[in-house]
Amino acid sequence: MSVTREEVEKISDLAHLRFSAEEVEVFVSQFQRILDYFEQLKTAPTDGVVPTYHASEESDPEAGLREDEVRPSLDVRVAVEGAPLHAKGYFRVPKVIG
Amino acid sequence: MNEICAWSIGRIHQGIQSRELSVREVADAFLDRIEEVDRGVHAFVTVDAEEVRSAASALDRRLSLGAQEIGLLTGIPLAIKDNIVTQSMRTTCGSRILEGYRPPYDATVISRLRQAGALILGKANLDEFSMGSTTENSALFPTRNPRDPERVPGGSSGGPAASVAALEAPGALGSDTGGSIRQPAAFCGVVGLKPTYGRVSRYGLVAFASSLDQIGPLANSARDAARILQVVAGHDPSDATSSNRPVDDYLAGIEDNVRGLRIGLPAEWFGAGLDPRLDAGIRSAITRLEKLGCQVQEVHLPHTEFAIAAYYIIAPAEASSNLARYDGMRYGYRSAHQEGLEDTYRSTRSEGFGEEVKRRIMIGTYVLSSGYYDAYYLKASKVRTLLKQDYLKAFERVDLLIGPTAPSLPFKLGARADPLEMYLSDVYTVPANLVGIPGLAMCCGYTEEGLPLGLQILGPHFQEGRILQLAHALEQELQVVAPPLPTS
Repeated sequence: MSVTREEVEKISDLAHLRFSAEEVEVFVSQFQRILDYFEQLKTAPTDGVVPTYHASEESDPEAGLREDEVRPSLDVRVAVEGAPLHAKGYFRVPKVIG
Repeated sequence: MNEICAWSIGRIHQGIQSRELSVREVADAFLDRIEEVDRGVHAFVTVDAEEVRSAASALDRRLSLGAQEIGLLTGIPLAIKDNIVTQSMRTTCGSRILEGYRPPYDATVISRLRQAGALILGKANLDEFSMGSTTENSALFPTRNPRDPERVPGGSSGGPAASVAALEAPGALGSDTGGSIRQPAAFCGVVGLKPTYGRVSRYGLVAFASSLDQIGPLANSARDAARILQVVAGHDPSDATSSNRPVDDYLAGIEDNVRGLRIGLPAEWFGAGLDPRLDAGIRSAITRLEKLGCQVQEVHLPHTEFAIAAYYIIAPAEASSNLARYDGMRYGYRSAHQEGLEDTYRSTRSEGFGEEVKRRIMIGTYVLSSGYYDAYYLKASKVRTLLKQDYLKAFERVDLLIGPTAPSLPFKLGARADPLEMYLSDVYTVPANLVGIPGLAMCCGYTEEGLPLGLQILGPHFQEGRILQLAHALEQELQVVAPPLPTS
């Protein structure tokens, strides 16, 4: 499967990354080599094979759940303290609306 | 160098318990050692010596008042990979994008270490967000192999492995997603264990690939690694992927006889591409195991050839999702370039992430994107099942597998620039993460130039105990003497 410049630019949009023109060129060729390597998976005999998404033996989805009761948690002021900008217990972010 | 630095965790612990040593004395010994050698090794990102000394003195006071019980790791200072959060203590993940980040909480493994009386000695260097096999991808600085400062310590847990090998810490915690504990352990000549997926809580481990990541111990012996594992292992309600299975007593069983253990050598792992010195060193160790009464046979893992491709689809895919949170809003770095929300995101991420991280986010985004999901991510996840079946079948015939950890000996810094070439070197380590089984790397000898030969032991799910037993028996049998450290 061959990858184009346009595709790399579209993927970088999805990933919220920005590359210079030179960086895109480098990416296209690196990507291509990596995707070429992935081609060998085509020969893997996966007909009728169920995918594995969890490495855990315990596959019971209920196992990790608990009762929906409020428990002590991180204080909101502590939680926002690490932000580049914060005020009054809120994260300060660039304007989104308007 | 204070001789305490060369002692095992067990010996130091005994000294503290008998009050032969004070915790402060132990802390000073390792802090002095760091002061002496770390400007050459660069294993540590953050060491707050004053804090460590004051915590050590406080612990001594509590011990002398009888106000503190002796836990398994009381008084033992440990290095912590810098992708494990430590409350109020700078945590970088080897990245610019977490500049200034001081976590508001401790990872579960950290809480457990503290409860067991351990001291957090410092935060150790890593490839950025654990992406890499040399620690050269750290945005801060590269770490050097204590065995040869011109060479890489391996990665991504290069800092933890180097700190233990350089005797700057008697033990460490690392993390392993595709080999990141085992390969640096092999490159530095120490013991490193990746537990079964779910054996150790991931709460507070900055996520790279959530279905692959595990925290594990690094130390200078199997017994010391077992002690650390004993403290951190076990179910955690804060980690829904952690296992409810009771934790074995790893220390109690470690001296059990290995006679009769069935060892498998995967045929696909020994051949072209493996450095002949590693091949010879591992086979020589196998012969000694046969002498101890182990039964060795060849096994087949027929889908080995697909493991790297499957891993380098699945891990970046999961990473692209996990790293979406680094948007400059809630923690870490925010770009000064802020012409609207999207621009802030892009500028922050493009300025804050290094090359390898961006590359993996791009690969991951691509393989999950519409039109490519089936061909790549779904296909790789099916291959994951094939690999799981390979290992389950092998473990019907043998108890443990032995093989190399890496195809080469530690190489010079800057020698491997090609990303694909780096990815291919993970061939022996990624399967354990994909399948979820435990694996341990240890040193089985040294080359003439003093480079460690790393051997890997893999076992079935939750058989860490048996792996540790075999590692311990092999250590006792081989009695490998490490050459003097260049930085001594």
